[in-house]
Amino acid sequence: MDTFRDKLIPVTSILAGVVVLWYVFAVILNTPFQRDLDRRAGESPALSGFIANTLAQPKPTLPAPHQVAVNFFENTFLRPVTSSRSLVYNAWVTLSSTLLGFAFGTALGIIIAVGIVHVATLDRSLMPWIIASQTIPILAVAPMIIVVLAAIGITGLVPKAMISTYLSFFPVTVGMVKGLRSPEIMHLDLMHTYNASRAQTFWKLRVPASVPFLFTSMKVAVAASLVGAIVGELPTGAVAGIGAKLLAGAYYSQSIDIWSALVAGSVVAALLVMVVGIAGRIVDRAMGGRPA
Amino acid sequence: MTGISPAVVAASKLGLTFQTSDGPVQALSNVDLTIGKGEFVSFIGPSGCGKTTLLRVIADLEKPTSGTISVNGMTAEQAREKRAYGYVFQAAALFAWRTIERNVGLPLEIMGLSKAEQAQRIKRTLDLVNLSGFEKKYPWQLSGGMQQRASIARALAFDADLLLMDEPFGALDEIVRDHLNEQLLELWGRTNKTICFVTHSIPEAVYLSTRIVVMSPRPGRVSDVIESTLPKERPLDIRETPEFLAIAARVRDGLRAGHSYDD
Repeated sequence: MDTFRDKLIPVTSILAGVVVLWYVFAVILNTPFQRDLDRRAGESPALSGFIANTLAQPKPTLPAPHQVAVNFFENTFLRPVTSSRSLVYNAWVTLSSTLLGFAFGTALGIIIAVGIVHVATLDRSLMPWIIASQTIPILAVAPMIIVVLAAIGITGLVPKAMISTYLSFFPVTVGMVKGLRSPEIMHLDLMHTYNASRAQTFWKLRVPASVPFLFTSMKVAVAASLVGAIVGELPTGAVAGIGAKLLAGAYYSQSIDIWSALVAGSVVAALLVMVVGIAGRIVDRAMGGRPA
Repeated sequence: MTGISPAVVAASKLGLTFQTSDGPVQALSNVDLTIGKGEFVSFIGPSGCGKTTLLRVIADLEKPTSGTISVNGMTAEQAREKRAYGYVFQAAALFAWRTIERNVGLPLEIMGLSKAEQAQRIKRTLDLVNLSGFEKKYPWQLSGGMQQRASIARALAFDADLLLMDEPFGALDEIVRDHLNEQLLELWGRTNKTICFVTHSIPEAVYLSTRIVVMSPRPGRVSDVIESTLPKERPLDIRETPEFLAIAARVRDGLRAGHSYDD
Protein backbone atom coordinates (compact mmCIF):
# COMPACT_ATOMS: atom_id res chain seq x y z
CA MET A 1 0.00 0.00 0.00
CA ASP A 2 1.17 3.47 -0.86
CA THR A 3 -0.07 4.94 2.39
CA PHE A 4 1.97 2.37 4.31
CA ARG A 5 5.15 3.30 2.42
CA ASP A 6 4.40 6.99 2.80
CA LYS A 7 4.16 6.61 6.55
CA LEU A 8 7.06 4.21 7.04
CA ILE A 9 9.93 6.71 6.95
CA PRO A 10 8.38 9.42 9.15
CA VAL A 11 7.17 6.89 11.71
CA THR A 12 10.51 5.06 11.96
CA SER A 13 12.37 8.38 12.26
CA ILE A 14 10.20 9.34 15.21
CA LEU A 15 10.72 5.88 16.71
CA ALA A 16 14.51 6.18 16.38
CA GLY A 17 14.38 9.59 18.04
CA VAL A 18 12.33 8.21 20.92
CA VAL A 19 14.77 5.32 21.43
CA VAL A 20 17.75 7.69 21.51
CA LEU A 21 16.01 9.97 24.01
CA TRP A 22 15.05 6.95 26.07
CA TYR A 23 18.72 5.85 26.34
CA VAL A 24 19.77 9.36 27.34
CA PHE A 25 17.16 9.48 30.08
CA ALA A 26 17.96 5.92 31.21
CA VAL A 27 21.58 6.95 31.78
CA ILE A 28 20.61 10.19 33.55
CA LEU A 29 17.94 8.63 35.79
CA ASN A 30 19.99 5.56 36.73
CA THR A 31 23.16 7.56 37.45
CA PRO A 32 22.47 8.40 41.15
CA PHE A 33 21.92 4.77 42.10
CA GLN A 34 24.92 3.60 40.07
CA ARG A 35 27.15 6.22 41.79
CA ASP A 36 25.88 4.92 45.12
CA LEU A 37 26.75 1.35 44.17
CA ASP A 38 30.20 2.29 42.90
CA ARG A 39 30.96 4.35 46.01
CA ARG A 40 30.03 1.49 48.29
CA ALA A 41 32.05 -0.99 46.26
CA GLY A 42 34.95 1.47 46.21
CA GLU A 43 35.14 1.40 42.41
CA SER A 44 35.57 4.25 40.00
CA PRO A 45 35.03 2.89 36.49
CA ALA A 46 35.75 4.85 33.31
CA LEU A 47 32.88 6.80 31.74
CA SER A 48 32.10 4.12 29.14
CA GLY A 49 32.01 1.42 31.80
CA PHE A 50 29.87 3.60 34.05
CA ILE A 51 27.33 4.21 31.28
CA ALA A 52 27.23 0.50 30.46
CA ASN A 53 26.49 -0.22 34.12
CA THR A 54 23.64 2.29 34.28
CA LEU A 55 22.02 0.41 31.41
CA ALA A 56 22.40 -3.02 33.00
CA GLN A 57 20.94 -2.60 36.50
CA PRO A 58 18.59 -5.39 37.63
CA LYS A 59 16.01 -2.95 39.03
CA PRO A 60 16.67 0.32 37.23
CA THR A 61 14.67 3.49 37.76
CA LEU A 62 14.20 3.61 34.01
CA PRO A 63 15.08 0.40 32.19
CA ALA A 64 16.97 0.75 28.91
CA PRO A 65 15.05 -0.23 25.77
CA HIS A 66 17.16 -3.32 25.20
CA GLN A 67 16.50 -4.53 28.76
CA VAL A 68 12.77 -4.24 28.15
CA ALA A 69 13.15 -5.88 24.75
CA VAL A 70 15.07 -8.84 26.20
CA ASN A 71 12.57 -9.25 29.05
CA PHE A 72 9.65 -8.98 26.61
CA PHE A 73 11.22 -11.52 24.27
CA GLU A 74 11.99 -14.01 27.05
CA ASN A 75 8.55 -13.76 28.62
CA THR A 76 6.75 -13.90 25.31
CA PHE A 77 8.61 -16.49 23.28
CA LEU A 78 10.82 -18.51 25.61
CA ARG A 79 8.33 -19.40 28.33
CA PRO A 80 5.57 -22.01 27.92
CA VAL A 81 2.33 -20.14 27.34
CA THR A 82 0.79 -21.89 30.36
CA SER A 83 3.35 -20.33 32.71
CA SER A 84 1.98 -17.55 34.91
CA ARG A 85 5.08 -15.53 34.00
CA SER A 86 4.41 -15.78 30.29
CA LEU A 87 3.27 -12.51 28.75
CA VAL A 88 1.22 -14.46 26.21
CA TYR A 89 -0.70 -16.10 29.05
CA ASN A 90 -1.23 -12.82 30.88
CA ALA A 91 -2.16 -10.99 27.71
CA TRP A 92 -4.70 -13.72 26.93
CA VAL A 93 -6.30 -13.35 30.37
CA THR A 94 -6.69 -9.61 29.82
CA LEU A 95 -7.70 -10.06 26.19
CA SER A 96 -10.52 -12.47 27.03
CA SER A 97 -12.17 -10.04 29.44
CA THR A 98 -11.48 -7.19 26.98
CA LEU A 99 -13.29 -9.03 24.19
CA LEU A 100 -16.21 -10.03 26.39
CA GLY A 101 -16.57 -6.46 27.67
CA PHE A 102 -16.18 -5.06 24.16
CA ALA A 103 -18.92 -7.35 22.84
CA PHE A 104 -21.24 -6.33 25.70
CA GLY A 105 -20.32 -2.67 25.28
CA THR A 106 -20.89 -2.64 21.53
CA ALA A 107 -24.25 -4.38 21.88
CA LEU A 108 -25.31 -2.09 24.71
CA GLY A 109 -24.09 0.98 22.82
CA ILE A 110 -26.08 0.04 19.71
CA ILE A 111 -29.24 -0.71 21.71
CA ILE A 112 -29.05 2.61 23.55
CA ALA A 113 -28.40 4.47 20.28
CA VAL A 114 -31.40 2.86 18.58
CA GLY A 115 -33.54 3.86 21.56
CA ILE A 116 -32.25 7.43 21.53
CA VAL A 117 -32.84 7.84 17.81
CA HIS A 118 -36.35 6.42 17.87
CA VAL A 119 -37.80 7.57 21.19
CA ALA A 120 -37.78 11.31 21.78
CA THR A 121 -38.10 10.91 25.56
CA LEU A 122 -35.00 8.74 25.70
CA ASP A 123 -33.10 11.32 23.68
CA ARG A 124 -33.84 13.93 26.32
CA SER A 125 -33.62 11.75 29.43
CA LEU A 126 -30.79 9.32 28.68
CA MET A 127 -28.16 11.36 26.91
CA PRO A 128 -27.17 13.59 29.89
CA TRP A 129 -26.77 10.50 32.10
CA ILE A 130 -24.66 8.76 29.48
CA ILE A 131 -22.35 11.74 29.26
CA ALA A 132 -22.25 12.04 33.06
CA SER A 133 -21.34 8.35 33.34
CA GLN A 134 -18.08 9.02 31.54
CA THR A 135 -17.06 11.90 33.80
CA ILE A 136 -16.81 9.54 36.80
CA PRO A 137 -13.20 8.39 37.16
CA ILE A 138 -13.13 4.71 36.27
CA LEU A 139 -10.33 4.10 38.76
CA ALA A 140 -12.76 4.99 41.55
CA VAL A 141 -15.67 2.96 40.18
CA ALA A 142 -13.75 -0.17 39.26
CA PRO A 143 -13.01 -1.44 42.81
CA MET A 144 -16.64 -0.86 43.81
CA ILE A 145 -17.96 -2.84 40.87
CA ILE A 146 -15.58 -5.69 41.65
CA VAL A 147 -16.39 -5.67 45.37
CA VAL A 148 -20.16 -5.38 44.93
CA LEU A 149 -20.24 -8.16 42.34
CA ALA A 150 -18.00 -10.37 44.47
CA ALA A 151 -20.44 -9.87 47.36
CA ILE A 152 -23.21 -11.40 45.27
CA GLY A 153 -20.96 -14.20 44.14
CA ILE A 154 -19.90 -12.96 40.72
CA THR A 155 -16.14 -13.13 40.35
CA GLY A 156 -13.59 -13.83 37.65
CA LEU A 157 -14.09 -12.71 34.08
CA VAL A 158 -17.46 -10.98 34.26
CA PRO A 159 -16.69 -8.14 36.73
CA LYS A 160 -13.60 -7.17 34.71
CA ALA A 161 -15.60 -7.38 31.50
CA MET A 162 -18.21 -5.08 33.02
CA ILE A 163 -15.63 -2.37 33.54
CA SER A 164 -14.66 -2.77 29.89
CA THR A 165 -18.34 -2.52 28.99
CA TYR A 166 -18.69 0.63 31.05
CA LEU A 167 -15.89 2.29 29.11
CA SER A 168 -16.68 0.92 25.64
CA PHE A 169 -20.44 1.45 25.30
CA PHE A 170 -20.06 5.22 25.32
CA PRO A 171 -18.16 5.77 22.07
CA VAL A 172 -20.43 3.24 20.35
CA THR A 173 -23.56 5.02 21.58
CA VAL A 174 -22.32 8.43 20.48
CA GLY A 175 -21.10 7.12 17.12
CA MET A 176 -24.25 5.15 16.38
CA VAL A 177 -26.59 8.00 17.33
CA LYS A 178 -24.71 10.10 14.82
CA GLY A 179 -24.66 7.26 12.27
CA LEU A 180 -28.35 6.43 12.53
CA ARG A 181 -29.11 10.12 12.07
CA SER A 182 -26.69 10.52 9.17
CA PRO A 183 -29.09 9.86 6.23
CA GLU A 184 -29.76 12.99 4.22
CA ILE A 185 -33.23 14.54 4.25
CA MET A 186 -33.49 13.64 0.57
CA HIS A 187 -33.03 9.94 1.33
CA LEU A 188 -35.60 10.11 4.13
CA ASP A 189 -38.02 11.93 1.80
CA LEU A 190 -37.43 9.24 -0.80
CA MET A 191 -38.42 6.52 1.68
CA HIS A 192 -41.46 8.62 2.58
CA THR A 193 -42.57 8.77 -1.07
CA TYR A 194 -42.48 4.94 -1.10
CA ASN A 195 -44.65 4.94 2.01
CA ALA A 196 -41.94 2.89 3.74
CA SER A 197 -42.61 1.82 7.32
CA ARG A 198 -40.32 2.93 10.15
CA ALA A 199 -38.83 -0.55 10.27
CA GLN A 200 -38.09 -0.48 6.54
CA THR A 201 -36.51 2.96 6.79
CA PHE A 202 -34.45 1.70 9.72
CA TRP A 203 -33.14 -1.48 8.10
CA LYS A 204 -32.78 -0.27 4.52
CA LEU A 205 -31.51 3.25 5.16
CA ARG A 206 -30.45 4.09 8.72
CA VAL A 207 -28.56 0.89 9.49
CA PRO A 208 -26.46 0.75 6.29
CA ALA A 209 -25.76 4.48 6.57
CA SER A 210 -24.49 4.03 10.13
CA VAL A 211 -22.00 1.23 9.41
CA PRO A 212 -18.95 3.47 8.82
CA PHE A 213 -19.75 5.31 12.08
CA LEU A 214 -20.01 1.98 13.89
CA PHE A 215 -16.52 0.88 12.91
CA THR A 216 -14.95 4.23 13.72
CA SER A 217 -16.48 4.17 17.19
CA MET A 218 -15.62 0.49 17.66
CA LYS A 219 -11.94 1.34 17.17
CA VAL A 220 -12.14 3.75 20.09
CA ALA A 221 -14.27 1.31 22.09
CA VAL A 222 -11.91 -1.65 21.75
CA ALA A 223 -8.96 0.38 23.04
CA ALA A 224 -11.11 1.64 25.92
CA SER A 225 -12.15 -1.96 26.67
CA LEU A 226 -8.50 -2.97 27.08
CA VAL A 227 -7.90 -0.09 29.48
CA GLY A 228 -11.01 -1.18 31.38
CA ALA A 229 -9.81 -4.77 31.66
CA ILE A 230 -6.37 -3.68 32.92
CA VAL A 231 -7.90 -1.27 35.42
CA GLY A 232 -10.24 -4.06 36.52
CA GLU A 233 -7.27 -6.25 37.36
CA LEU A 234 -5.57 -3.66 39.56
CA PRO A 235 -7.83 -3.43 42.65
CA THR A 236 -8.64 -7.13 42.92
CA GLY A 237 -5.20 -8.47 43.45
CA ALA A 238 -5.85 -10.50 40.33
CA VAL A 239 -3.35 -13.30 39.92
CA ALA A 240 -3.08 -13.07 36.15
CA GLY A 241 -3.42 -10.50 33.43
CA ILE A 242 -1.47 -7.50 32.25
CA GLY A 243 -2.87 -5.44 35.13
CA ALA A 244 -1.72 -8.07 37.62
CA LYS A 245 1.77 -8.03 36.07
CA LEU A 246 1.89 -4.25 36.42
CA LEU A 247 0.82 -4.46 40.04
CA ALA A 248 3.24 -7.26 40.92
CA GLY A 249 6.05 -5.41 39.18
CA ALA A 250 5.26 -2.33 41.27
CA TYR A 251 5.22 -4.35 44.52
CA TYR A 252 8.63 -5.87 43.94
CA SER A 253 10.18 -2.87 42.13
CA GLN A 254 10.59 -5.03 39.03
CA SER A 255 10.67 -2.03 36.76
CA ILE A 256 11.71 -4.08 33.73
CA ASP A 257 8.68 -6.34 34.22
CA ILE A 258 6.39 -3.32 34.44
CA TRP A 259 7.72 -1.90 31.22
CA SER A 260 7.50 -5.15 29.34
CA ALA A 261 3.92 -5.67 30.58
CA LEU A 262 3.24 -2.18 29.30
CA VAL A 263 4.68 -3.07 25.92
CA ALA A 264 2.53 -6.21 25.88
CA GLY A 265 -0.54 -4.08 26.62
CA SER A 266 0.33 -1.70 23.80
CA VAL A 267 0.86 -4.54 21.35
CA VAL A 268 -2.51 -6.04 22.26
CA ALA A 269 -4.17 -2.61 21.90
CA ALA A 270 -2.56 -2.03 18.51
CA LEU A 271 -3.59 -5.48 17.30
CA LEU A 272 -7.17 -5.00 18.48
CA VAL A 273 -7.51 -1.61 16.78
CA MET A 274 -5.97 -3.08 13.64
CA VAL A 275 -8.34 -6.04 13.58
CA VAL A 276 -11.36 -3.74 13.96
CA GLY A 277 -9.94 -1.50 11.23
CA ILE A 278 -9.47 -4.42 8.85
CA ALA A 279 -12.97 -5.74 9.61
CA GLY A 280 -14.29 -2.25 8.88
CA ARG A 281 -12.48 -2.14 5.56
CA ILE A 282 -13.76 -5.58 4.54
CA VAL A 283 -17.34 -4.59 5.37
CA ASP A 284 -16.91 -1.29 3.53
CA ARG A 285 -15.68 -3.10 0.43
CA ALA A 286 -18.55 -5.58 0.64
CA MET A 287 -20.94 -2.62 0.75
CA GLY A 288 -19.54 -1.24 -2.48
CA GLY A 289 -17.20 1.28 -0.89
CA ARG A 290 -14.91 3.14 -3.24
CA PRO A 291 -11.35 1.77 -2.93
CA ALA A 292 -9.20 4.41 -1.26
CA MET B 1 -58.29 23.73 -19.09
CA THR B 2 -58.14 20.07 -20.01
CA GLY B 3 -61.72 19.08 -20.26
CA ILE B 4 -61.21 15.80 -22.10
CA SER B 5 -58.89 13.76 -19.86
CA PRO B 6 -59.56 13.19 -16.13
CA ALA B 7 -57.51 15.28 -13.73
CA VAL B 8 -54.41 13.61 -12.30
CA VAL B 9 -53.58 16.62 -10.13
CA ALA B 10 -56.14 19.19 -9.11
CA ALA B 11 -55.25 22.09 -6.83
CA SER B 12 -57.73 24.69 -5.73
CA LYS B 13 -56.96 27.87 -3.76
CA LEU B 14 -53.86 26.08 -2.52
CA GLY B 15 -51.75 27.94 0.02
CA LEU B 16 -48.80 27.02 2.24
CA THR B 17 -47.31 29.22 4.93
CA PHE B 18 -44.10 28.12 6.69
CA GLN B 19 -43.70 29.23 10.29
CA THR B 20 -40.07 30.26 10.60
CA SER B 21 -38.16 31.97 13.36
CA ASP B 22 -38.39 35.18 11.30
CA GLY B 23 -42.16 34.89 11.22
CA PRO B 24 -44.49 33.30 8.68
CA VAL B 25 -43.29 32.88 5.10
CA GLN B 26 -45.93 32.42 2.44
CA ALA B 27 -44.46 29.83 0.07
CA LEU B 28 -47.64 29.27 -1.95
CA SER B 29 -50.66 31.46 -2.33
CA ASN B 30 -53.95 30.79 -4.07
CA VAL B 31 -52.69 28.22 -6.56
CA ASP B 32 -55.36 26.84 -8.91
CA LEU B 33 -54.15 24.16 -11.25
CA THR B 34 -55.47 21.10 -13.04
CA ILE B 35 -53.16 18.61 -14.72
CA GLY B 36 -54.69 16.05 -17.05
CA LYS B 37 -53.52 12.54 -17.81
CA GLY B 38 -50.55 12.30 -20.15
CA GLU B 39 -49.60 15.96 -19.86
CA PHE B 40 -46.01 17.15 -19.48
CA VAL B 41 -46.22 20.22 -17.26
CA SER B 42 -43.20 22.32 -16.35
CA PHE B 43 -43.05 24.67 -13.40
CA ILE B 44 -40.67 27.52 -14.00
CA GLY B 45 -39.78 30.56 -11.95
CA PRO B 46 -37.01 32.22 -9.98
CA SER B 47 -35.83 30.66 -6.74
CA GLY B 48 -38.29 31.21 -3.92
CA CYS B 49 -41.34 31.11 -6.20
CA GLY B 50 -42.58 27.91 -4.59
CA LYS B 51 -42.21 25.61 -7.58
CA THR B 52 -40.43 22.92 -5.60
CA THR B 53 -42.83 23.43 -2.69
CA LEU B 54 -45.78 22.89 -5.04
CA LEU B 55 -44.24 19.66 -6.27
CA ARG B 56 -43.64 18.57 -2.67
CA VAL B 57 -47.28 19.32 -1.81
CA ILE B 58 -48.40 17.10 -4.70
CA ALA B 59 -46.06 14.41 -3.34
CA ASP B 60 -47.40 14.85 0.23
CA LEU B 61 -43.92 15.80 1.42
CA GLU B 62 -45.42 19.11 2.60
CA LYS B 63 -48.93 19.73 3.88
CA PRO B 64 -50.82 22.75 2.49
CA THR B 65 -52.14 25.19 5.08
CA SER B 66 -55.12 26.23 2.98
CA GLY B 67 -57.04 25.10 -0.08
CA THR B 68 -57.30 21.58 -1.42
CA ILE B 69 -55.17 19.24 -3.49
CA SER B 70 -56.17 15.97 -5.04
CA VAL B 71 -53.99 13.43 -6.80
CA ASN B 72 -55.66 10.72 -8.89
CA GLY B 73 -58.95 11.76 -7.30
CA MET B 74 -57.63 11.09 -3.77
CA THR B 75 -56.00 13.25 -1.16
CA ALA B 76 -52.26 13.64 -1.64
CA GLU B 77 -51.64 11.47 1.42
CA GLN B 78 -53.81 8.63 0.15
CA ALA B 79 -52.12 8.88 -3.23
CA ARG B 80 -48.68 8.64 -1.62
CA GLU B 81 -49.77 5.64 0.43
CA LYS B 82 -50.94 3.99 -2.81
CA ARG B 83 -47.57 4.87 -4.39
CA ALA B 84 -49.26 6.90 -7.10
CA TYR B 85 -46.14 8.75 -8.19
CA GLY B 86 -42.41 8.38 -8.68
CA TYR B 87 -40.30 11.28 -7.41
CA VAL B 88 -36.97 12.31 -8.90
CA PHE B 89 -34.88 14.65 -6.76
CA GLN B 90 -32.35 17.31 -7.71
CA ALA B 91 -29.57 14.87 -6.87
CA ALA B 92 -29.70 11.23 -7.86
CA ALA B 93 -30.00 10.27 -4.15
CA LEU B 94 -28.91 6.70 -4.83
CA PHE B 95 -27.89 4.57 -1.85
CA ALA B 96 -24.10 4.27 -2.06
CA TRP B 97 -24.13 0.76 -0.58
CA ARG B 98 -26.50 -0.65 -3.18
CA THR B 99 -25.69 -1.62 -6.73
CA ILE B 100 -27.67 0.07 -9.50
CA GLU B 101 -30.09 -2.85 -9.80
CA ARG B 102 -30.65 -2.95 -6.06
CA ASN B 103 -31.19 0.82 -6.02
CA VAL B 104 -33.81 0.51 -8.73
CA GLY B 105 -35.28 -2.43 -6.82
CA LEU B 106 -35.55 -0.47 -3.54
CA PRO B 107 -39.20 0.62 -3.99
CA LEU B 108 -40.09 -2.87 -5.20
CA GLU B 109 -38.56 -4.40 -2.07
CA ILE B 110 -40.50 -1.97 0.08
CA MET B 111 -43.71 -2.91 -1.74
CA GLY B 112 -42.91 -6.55 -1.04
CA LEU B 113 -42.88 -7.84 -4.60
CA SER B 114 -41.52 -11.31 -5.31
CA LYS B 115 -37.87 -11.66 -6.32
CA ALA B 116 -38.83 -12.74 -9.83
CA GLU B 117 -41.18 -9.80 -10.27
CA GLN B 118 -38.49 -7.46 -8.96
CA ALA B 119 -35.87 -8.81 -11.34
CA GLN B 120 -38.19 -8.49 -14.32
CA ARG B 121 -39.16 -4.90 -13.51
CA ILE B 122 -35.58 -3.88 -12.80
CA LYS B 123 -34.51 -5.23 -16.17
CA ARG B 124 -37.35 -3.48 -17.96
CA THR B 125 -36.78 -0.07 -16.37
CA LEU B 126 -33.03 -0.19 -16.80
CA ASP B 127 -33.63 -0.93 -20.49
CA LEU B 128 -35.97 2.04 -20.60
CA VAL B 129 -33.25 4.46 -19.43
CA ASN B 130 -30.49 2.72 -21.44
CA LEU B 131 -28.57 1.48 -18.43
CA SER B 132 -28.52 -2.23 -19.27
CA GLY B 133 -25.14 -3.68 -18.47
CA PHE B 134 -24.64 -1.49 -15.41
CA GLU B 135 -26.75 -3.59 -13.03
CA LYS B 136 -23.87 -4.64 -10.81
CA LYS B 137 -22.12 -1.27 -10.67
CA TYR B 138 -22.16 0.91 -7.60
CA PRO B 139 -23.30 4.55 -7.95
CA TRP B 140 -19.78 5.99 -7.65
CA GLN B 141 -18.75 3.98 -10.70
CA LEU B 142 -21.26 5.90 -12.87
CA SER B 143 -21.15 9.44 -14.27
CA GLY B 144 -23.53 12.09 -12.92
CA GLY B 145 -25.84 11.75 -15.91
CA MET B 146 -25.98 7.97 -15.59
CA GLN B 147 -26.69 8.26 -11.87
CA GLN B 148 -29.61 10.56 -12.60
CA ARG B 149 -30.88 8.09 -15.21
CA ALA B 150 -30.68 5.33 -12.60
CA SER B 151 -32.72 7.49 -10.24
CA ILE B 152 -35.33 7.99 -12.99
CA ALA B 153 -35.38 4.22 -13.48
CA ARG B 154 -36.00 3.85 -9.76
CA ALA B 155 -38.95 6.26 -10.01
CA LEU B 156 -40.35 4.32 -12.98
CA ALA B 157 -39.79 0.85 -11.54
CA PHE B 158 -43.11 0.53 -9.76
CA ASP B 159 -45.20 1.75 -12.69
CA ALA B 160 -46.72 4.85 -11.17
CA ASP B 161 -48.55 6.89 -13.81
CA LEU B 162 -47.32 10.17 -12.40
CA LEU B 163 -43.71 11.27 -12.43
CA LEU B 164 -42.69 14.25 -10.27
CA MET B 165 -39.28 15.65 -11.17
CA ASP B 166 -37.58 18.39 -9.17
CA GLU B 167 -34.87 20.01 -11.31
CA PRO B 168 -33.50 16.55 -12.09
CA PHE B 169 -30.91 17.78 -14.58
CA GLY B 170 -29.98 21.03 -12.83
CA ALA B 171 -26.60 19.80 -11.67
CA LEU B 172 -25.53 18.34 -15.03
CA ASP B 173 -23.60 20.01 -17.82
CA GLU B 174 -25.47 21.26 -20.87
CA ILE B 175 -24.54 18.48 -23.30
CA VAL B 176 -25.58 15.73 -20.90
CA ARG B 177 -28.68 17.73 -20.11
CA ASP B 178 -29.70 17.99 -23.79
CA HIS B 179 -29.20 14.29 -24.18
CA LEU B 180 -31.28 13.44 -21.12
CA ASN B 181 -34.01 15.87 -22.19
CA GLU B 182 -34.27 14.04 -25.49
CA GLN B 183 -34.38 10.67 -23.75
CA LEU B 184 -36.97 11.89 -21.29
CA LEU B 185 -39.27 13.05 -24.10
CA GLU B 186 -38.88 9.74 -25.84
CA LEU B 187 -39.65 7.91 -22.62
CA TRP B 188 -42.69 10.09 -21.99
CA GLY B 189 -43.91 9.37 -25.54
CA ARG B 190 -43.54 5.63 -25.03
CA THR B 191 -45.05 5.34 -21.57
CA ASN B 192 -47.82 7.94 -21.70
CA LYS B 193 -47.08 9.03 -18.15
CA THR B 194 -48.07 12.35 -16.64
CA ILE B 195 -44.98 14.36 -15.79
CA CYS B 196 -44.59 17.38 -13.51
CA PHE B 197 -41.19 18.92 -14.06
CA VAL B 198 -39.61 21.72 -12.04
CA THR B 199 -36.88 23.71 -13.77
CA HIS B 200 -35.38 27.16 -13.93
CA SER B 201 -34.25 26.80 -17.54
CA ILE B 202 -36.53 28.39 -20.14
CA PRO B 203 -35.30 26.28 -23.11
CA GLU B 204 -35.67 23.10 -21.06
CA ALA B 205 -39.22 23.99 -20.06
CA VAL B 206 -40.26 24.93 -23.60
CA TYR B 207 -38.56 21.93 -25.18
CA LEU B 208 -40.15 19.38 -22.87
CA SER B 209 -43.59 20.63 -21.98
CA THR B 210 -47.11 20.51 -23.28
CA ARG B 211 -47.86 23.24 -20.76
CA ILE B 212 -45.64 25.68 -18.90
CA VAL B 213 -46.67 27.06 -15.53
CA VAL B 214 -44.84 30.32 -14.83
CA MET B 215 -44.54 31.13 -11.15
CA SER B 216 -43.43 34.24 -9.29
CA PRO B 217 -42.18 34.77 -5.76
CA ARG B 218 -43.30 36.57 -2.57
CA PRO B 219 -45.77 35.04 -2.22
CA GLY B 220 -45.28 32.01 -4.48
CA ARG B 221 -48.10 32.02 -7.04
CA VAL B 222 -48.94 31.06 -10.61
CA SER B 223 -48.53 34.13 -12.78
CA ASP B 224 -49.06 32.61 -16.21
CA VAL B 225 -49.91 29.30 -17.87
CA ILE B 226 -48.67 28.80 -21.43
CA GLU B 227 -49.94 26.02 -23.68
CA SER B 228 -47.27 24.77 -26.03
CA THR B 229 -48.13 24.59 -29.72
CA LEU B 230 -45.10 22.45 -30.53
CA PRO B 231 -45.76 18.98 -31.98
CA LYS B 232 -45.24 15.90 -29.84
CA GLU B 233 -42.26 14.82 -31.97
CA ARG B 234 -39.48 17.22 -31.00
CA PRO B 235 -35.97 16.85 -32.36
CA LEU B 236 -33.37 18.93 -30.51
CA ASP B 237 -33.12 21.46 -33.37
CA ILE B 238 -36.75 22.41 -32.89
CA ARG B 239 -35.22 24.88 -30.46
CA GLU B 240 -34.07 27.01 -33.41
CA THR B 241 -37.57 27.34 -34.92
CA PRO B 242 -39.52 30.63 -34.71
CA GLU B 243 -42.40 28.82 -33.02
CA PHE B 244 -40.12 27.60 -30.22
CA LEU B 245 -38.55 31.02 -29.81
CA ALA B 246 -41.97 32.66 -29.66
CA ILE B 247 -43.04 30.41 -26.78
CA ALA B 248 -39.71 31.00 -25.04
CA ALA B 249 -40.26 34.75 -25.37
CA ARG B 250 -43.71 34.43 -23.81
CA VAL B 251 -42.25 32.48 -20.88
CA ARG B 252 -39.55 35.10 -20.44
CA ASP B 253 -42.15 37.89 -20.47
CA GLY B 254 -44.20 36.00 -17.93
CA LEU B 255 -41.17 35.60 -15.68
CA ARG B 256 -40.28 39.27 -16.00
CA ALA B 257 -43.81 40.43 -15.23
CA GLY B 258 -43.99 38.32 -12.10
CA HIS B 259 -40.55 39.16 -10.91
CA SER B 260 -40.29 42.25 -8.77
CA TYR B 261 -36.66 43.19 -8.33
CA ASP B 262 -36.65 44.60 -4.85
CA ASP B 263 -32.95 45.22 -4.73
